[in-house]
Formats: sequence, structure tokens, C-alpha cells
Amino acid sequence: MRRGSSKKGSANSTTSTNSSAMDLFRSASGKAATKELERIDQLFCSYSNESSGMIDPEGIEHLCSDLEVEHTDVRILMLAWKMHAEKQGYFTLEEWRKGLKALHADTIVKLKKALPELENEVRRPSNYVEFYSYAFRYCLTEEKQKSIDLESICELLELVLGSQFPQQVDLFIQYLKTQTDYKVINMDQWMGFYRFCNEISFPDFNNYDEELAWPLILDNFVDWVKSKQS
Amino acid sequence: MSLLINIDASLSCWLLYTAVSWAWGIRLTLIKMNERKTINLEQGRDFMQKGITKLKNILEGLPEPQFSSEEYMMLYTTIYNMCTQKPPHDYSQQLYDKYRESFQEYITSTVLPSLREKHDEFMLRELVKRWSNHKVMVRWLSRFFYYLDRYFITHRSLPPLNEVGLACFRDLVYTEVNGKVRDAVISLIDQEREGEQIDRALLKNVLDIFVEIGMGQMECYENDFELSMLKDTAAYYSRKASNWILEVSCPDYMLKKVQNELLSVYATQLLEKEHSGCYALLRDDKVVDLSRMYRLFSKIPQGLEPISSMFKQHVTAEGTTLVKQADDAASNKKAEKRDVAGLQEQALKEAFEIFCNKGVAGSSSAELLATFCDNILKKGGSEKLSDEAIEDTLEKVVKLLAYISDKDLFAEFYRKKLARRLLFDESANDEHERSILTKLKQQCGGQFTSKMEGMVTDLALAKENQSHFEEYLSNNSNVSPGIDLTVTVLTTGFWPSYKSFDLNLPAEMVKCVEVFREFYQTKTKHRKLTWIYSLGTCNINGKFEPKTVELIVTTYQASTLLLFNLSDRLSYQEIMSQLNLSDDDVIRLLHSLSCARYKILIKEPNTKTISPTDTFEFNSKFTDKMRRIKIPLPPVDEKKKVIEDVDKDRRYAIDASIVRIMKSRKVLGYQQLVMECVEQLGRMFRPDVKAIKKRIEDLITRDYLERDKDNPNVFRYLA
Repeated sequence: MRRGSSKKGSANSTTSTNSSAMDLFRSASGKAATKELERIDQLFCSYSNESSGMIDPEGIEHLCSDLEVEHTDVRILMLAWKMHAEKQGYFTLEEWRKGLKALHADTIVKLKKALPELENEVRRPSNYVEFYSYAFRYCLTEEKQKSIDLESICELLELVLGSQFPQQVDLFIQYLKTQTDYKVINMDQWMGFYRFCNEISFPDFNNYDEELAWPLILDNFVDWVKSKQS
Repeated sequence: MSLLINIDASLSCWLLYTAVSWAWGIRLTLIKMNERKTINLEQGRDFMQKGITKLKNILEGLPEPQFSSEEYMMLYTTIYNMCTQKPPHDYSQQLYDKYRESFQEYITSTVLPSLREKHDEFMLRELVKRWSNHKVMVRWLSRFFYYLDRYFITHRSLPPLNEVGLACFRDLVYTEVNGKVRDAVISLIDQEREGEQIDRALLKNVLDIFVEIGMGQMECYENDFELSMLKDTAAYYSRKASNWILEVSCPDYMLKKVQNELLSVYATQLLEKEHSGCYALLRDDKVVDLSRMYRLFSKIPQGLEPISSMFKQHVTAEGTTLVKQADDAASNKKAEKRDVAGLQEQALKEAFEIFCNKGVAGSSSAELLATFCDNILKKGGSEKLSDEAIEDTLEKVVKLLAYISDKDLFAEFYRKKLARRLLFDESANDEHERSILTKLKQQCGGQFTSKMEGMVTDLALAKENQSHFEEYLSNNSNVSPGIDLTVTVLTTGFWPSYKSFDLNLPAEMVKCVEVFREFYQTKTKHRKLTWIYSLGTCNINGKFEPKTVELIVTTYQASTLLLFNLSDRLSYQEIMSQLNLSDDDVIRLLHSLSCARYKILIKEPNTKTISPTDTFEFNSKFTDKMRRIKIPLPPVDEKKKVIEDVDKDRRYAIDASIVRIMKSRKVLGYQQLVMECVEQLGRMFRPDVKAIKKRIEDLITRDYLERDKDNPNVFRYLA
């Protein structure tokens, strides 16, 4: 465990030397930019864990309380998406810089103000598919993990689709909790459900065609809902 | 010429099949010969003519010794030699011509005159004889001239020898006589229509000539024979019809008459025709033919009766015997009736398949069929039946299997039952076991039966192994465990999977196991032995107060009983922990020993069921009028496990099929994929579309497939 974390720390330091070379390059382009970057780095330092050089779950919790949002709030997930954060519960310096620069936020106040803007950006349909699939990938925490357990999936669905398709998500979660065929959900089924919400008329499922290549879990879901309705 | 016999003696015993290496051996010798002499055309021809004349004499039935391999080799060698001499002495073309001329000469001088002088049936007989002779001649001559086929003909793209030979007959004989032959055949057929006896074999042989002469094409048969035959048939029946019209006035009556003449008289004969009769039609699902048969025969009074009785026989003979096993007889009768009605509706095939694949009282037909086989094949099952009757029934069962879509399920059940028959020595007859496997193999392919055959072979090997073991024990008397031990070593892959528990064996048996392991290691080092105690049986002596009784029990039961050698009284919990078995097994064991017919153990309290709070005591007062008794242990219901196993196997089969298809197609629409998959697997079982979909889902997770980014109904193969 210890060895693992120290490894990550060293890997991280190499990336930071790389980016400091970039900083030199940037300094020529403008003092303001350098200043902004410095402040972003400072902000990072105020949340990061010194030994690992990353913002860890504890740091994120701290950050959330400063932003006055719950750490389970969808906006934190959006922030992670903006940063292209790879590992759930952690932000590296590089990810932090990428995200905050794009949001033009170098203080916690600015970051807080940027959140509604960020939400609007994500909610644009073209971005939303990407965000939706990112949400799934973000939850794959183990190496070679391909699917996510139902409990997490239900939470994640609620989080990312709950406001957009409340009825579908509600029913689907109900279904997932009653059925016994599936214990995990893969990416294809996850994406399939998004397509399902967007394409299939609800609650009659009139244009749902079982003959098509919908993932079986959705066939079963539709059967389940229909038998419930009748 | 004598120079040619200069071949190594050992070559002379070789046959033509090895012609390549044979020619090679000769070539070495010939190189030497070439240095000495070149064969000129005249010389060679003379020599060959002798061979050809001899062949003709043999064909004509004149006294002539058969070709010896030496003679035959000399002919080949001469020709080989003449073809390989340096130009201008390369006589390949001349030899090719000579080959053709030999046939032409023989045909014009002998064959045609003999045909011309005969007529009608006699001419047909002569023709059949001449044709078969001709084929013999072609075979022999083309062997002599074989070297031409290999080089000269291939290089010049000329017709091969065999074809040239057959063409000679076609051009000279067939073209001349085919008209006469056709007329003769048709007149024979007419004779039969009028009720005379004719030589059907002859007819068949003549028609074969029409077919064979086409060399793979049916044109000769169709144009030269079939056309006229059909015309004549039409003419014959219209002639008949007009005669009948003259004879009778009432059209109704006429209709009956026609039916009578055409159908009723021949009905039984027609229906019972072996290859195209009603049974065959039923067997081969010829729905259209059957419906035509139904329409025609429905006009004849009582005409349908034989058909429906045949159909009933077909369905019920096989269906009911199988269904007899089922507990719900009432529902079966309904099923049959529905299916007989199916004939009238001409929805025959579907109905029959539905019937076949309908589960009866919770058991699938696949299982019932396997059970039926078991009842026939096991001891005491059908000893009253004659061998022929058993063979016949087995034949029917295998035929019936064609209608069952879950062939894999049948195979699994069959294997379970076969395993029981083999391991518990319950098989009545080895011959029948092998015979049905052969039949199954013919019907379903080698893959279907390979495991079953492996099981039968295993048992033969096990017997051998046992005798080695006994020999080993007699040579090493110090290691003998003091108990007779028979071990059947089986190959894991062939047999159904059995649960192997870590049963705590009694010390006496542990010793046996050790001794055998020791022995087996002297034979082979790299095999892992897994003991399956649940299949074992023991003969133990129960020293009861009234008398000693020999008990035939399973290894589990014996282990349980032996516990009472050490303690007088044991609780359920003690027994379970000492045996190290599951609750289910312990309950089953104790029930067989304390609640069933033979109460070897006394249960406290004395009830009919086993509960975890019971205690048990050895019943020293037990006795029976027999000196030896078998205490049965009811087998666990394996149905669920078999179905589970089959289900698992199907998952693999579907996975493999999808991957195979996608590997070759790379990108494929969903529907197409499902269709191909169903087609591939249809021979073994009918995969459920949902099952396929489920496997697709799984293969996506395992990165074998992905959904196309732009078209969600298309999958891509990920290499």
C-alpha cells in the first residue's frame, strides 16, 4: 500500500518537472498568465497531500466544503470531467491546472462562481454523452475493471440522469434492484440506457423494438415494466 | 524385351496405389537401360498389343491367366519408357492414339456385333454386361497407360484416359443403341403396369447406364430416356382412362374406378415403399408430398385409414413408448390426438416437432428419450425382447431424435445414464450399447458420440488395468490391503462431472487407496487421480446377533456403518462431522440405513424422517431371511444438474460460434449475427435469441466485440 502510493508520488513529480519547463515557456508569453498559474498552483497546494503530491479524498472533501457543495454533488463530477481526472477521488497537479485554467478560476471564489457555467457547458447535448460515458469510466477504480456493481450504478444513474429523465431512472433503478440476472453493468449497457432514454418514448415504449440489438438488460427492463403496467 | 525385367525384385510386390514412388524406382533402373537400348514404335506396339489382346480374352471369358504384377509392370514400364525417350523417339502422342484405337477396335469388332444380334430384354442384358466389361477394360488400360495421364495429358490439357475410354463407348455404342434400349425399357415398364413380373435389377442397371454415360451430367438420362418415359406414361394412362370411359357411364363411378385402379390396388404397396413410402415421407418431413397423399387418398373410401394408422404408428410407436414413462398418461393422449389431427390440417411437421419438443409432466422429450434408451439397454429392462426387436427400437429412437431440437440435452442425459449402466454393471448387452452409438454417430456425427465412445473404451481399459493391479498385488504380497479392491480408472473428459467430496474414509479403505495409488504410480507418473467415492460400492459383513449378513452398500453407506465399529451410539452431528459430508448426503445415507426397508441402524426417536437432533445406534438384532442383501441408496435427482451442465456448455458453444462468425466477418449486423449463430448451432440445439443476446453482452464486456459507434445495431470484432 505504502509502496504503491510512493510510486505514484514519484510519477507525479516527473510530470511536475515537465510542466515547470512548460511554465518557463509560458512566462515569456505574459506575466498575467504566469501570475494566474502561480495562484492556481497555490490553490492546489492548499488542498493537496504533501506526501502524495495529489489532492486526495480528504482534500476533495475540504475543497467541497469551501465550495459549499456536497462531495457527492454532480458538479464535482463535472469538475472532474473538466479536469480529465483519471483516478476517482484524486486530482493531480496537472489535472488541476488543466481544469482551472479552462475555467479561468485561480481562487476558490472564482471557482465557485464558475460552477454554474460549467454545469451549463456539460448539459449541452454534445458534451453530455461524453460526460455520461466519462462518469462510468471514472467509477472504474480497479485495473482491468470493465463493469460496475449495481449499487454504484444506481447512485451514478441518479446523479447523472436523475434530473433529466427522472421517471426512467427511477423505474430502471427499481428494476435493477428487483432482478437477479445481473450483478454488474458494463459500458455498453450503460451507454445503451442513455440512448434508450433519449430515443424511446416513455412510458409506452411504443417505438421500442426487441428485434434490434438493444442490450438484453433493456429488453428485460421493458418486459418488466410492461408486466408491471398491465 | 527381356531387358525390361531388370527391376529390383522387391518392387514387384508394390501396387499401383504407390505409383509415384514406384515410377521413381523404375526410373532409376531405366536410366541405366537407356544407355543400352531405345525402344522403337513397332517394338513397343507389338508388346502392348499382346497385353491388350490378353485383356480382351479375359473380358470375353476365354481361358487366359490373370495379369501378374510383373506383366503389368512391364506394360507400364514399356509405355513409360516410350514416353520418356528423347525426340524423335518420344511416342506419347502415338500411344495416346493407340489407347483410343484399342477401344474403338474392340467395340467395332466385338461389342457392336454382339449387341446387334440380340433384341429386347436379351439386348438389355447384353448391354449391361458389355458396359460393365467396358468399364473393366477402361480401368485396366488406363493403368497400363497411366504415365500418359501424369505428364503428356496434363501438359497438353487433353481429355484424361478414363474419359477417353468412356467416351468411346458413348460415341460408338450408346449413340447407336440408345433408342432401341429406351423402347425396350419402356415396354418392360408397361409390362409391369399390366401386372407382369419383370427383372427390376436389370431395369435399374440399364438406367444406371443412362446416368453413368453422362459422366456426371444427367442430360443423357433426361433427354434420351426420361422425356420419352414421361410421354409414354401420360399416353398409357390416357389410354386407360379412355377405356374406362367406354366401360362405365356414371362419372362418379369412373372416378372411383380410376382411384381404384391407380391407388387402391397399389395403396399398400405404395405406402410401404421403403424409400419413398409413407414412413419415409413422415421421416423426412415431406409435408408437400404428404398433403398430396392425403388429398388423393381421402377420395378413396377408407383410403385414409392406412395412412392415419401408419402415422399413428409412427407417432405413437415411438412417441407413446417414450411417453409411457411419463406419469401423466392423460395429457399424453391428448397430445397424440392433437397430432393425428395435425395430419388433416397438414401442419404435420410443425405439429410433430411441437409434440416431440413438448415437455411431458415437467420432463423434456430429450430426457424421456434418454430414459427410454436406458430402460431398453439396462439389465432387466427388456430381456423379454428379442435382439432384433431391441435393434429395431433403438433404430427408431435414433430416428426420433432427429425431431428433437435439444440434442445436446439428450446427449447429456444419455451420458449420465450410460455412466450408471457402465459403472454399476447394469448394462444388459455390450453389443447393443455399441450398436446404438454407431447409429447415433451416423445420425449426429462423430463429435456427438465421441465422449460416449470414450466411456465404453474406458471401461475396457479399466478391466485391463484391474488385472494388472491384481497381478501387482499377487507379486507384492506385503502391500496387500487385506480387502479385495476393484478400481475403475476413468478419463475425466469423457464422463459426466461428479462431485468429489473429501469424505473421511474409514482407515481400512484409506489403506486400499494408498495401495492403489502406489501401484498406479508404477505405471504412470503424470496423471492425477481423483477418487469419486460416491460411485463406489462395498460388500461388508454385518455380524448381527441372529446371523451374519452380507450387506451390499455404497462406499458412503459403508463409511457410515463402519463408524459404529468405534462407537455404539452416534448423534447426527457426530456422524456428519466424522464423515465430512453435507447435510443432504448425510440425511440421504441415514435414511437409507434407518428408515427404509432394512433398519441396520436404530434411530432415536423412531420417526420416518431424519432430523439433525437424532441419534443412531447399531441394530445388533437385525436379521433377514437372505444371507446377502443390497441396501439401495436412492440416487440424487440429477436432472437439475444435467440441465445446468447443458446450459453451461451451451454458453460456451454460443460464445464460440459468435466469435467464429465475427472473426471471419469482422463487422456484422445484429440480426445477421443471430441468424448465422442459430444456423451454426442448430444441429445440436436451438439457441434462444435471448441467450445469444446475453452472450453478446458478455463478449462485449470481455472485449471480443464492440458496438459500432455510428450504428448501434452493428457489432465489430475486436481482434
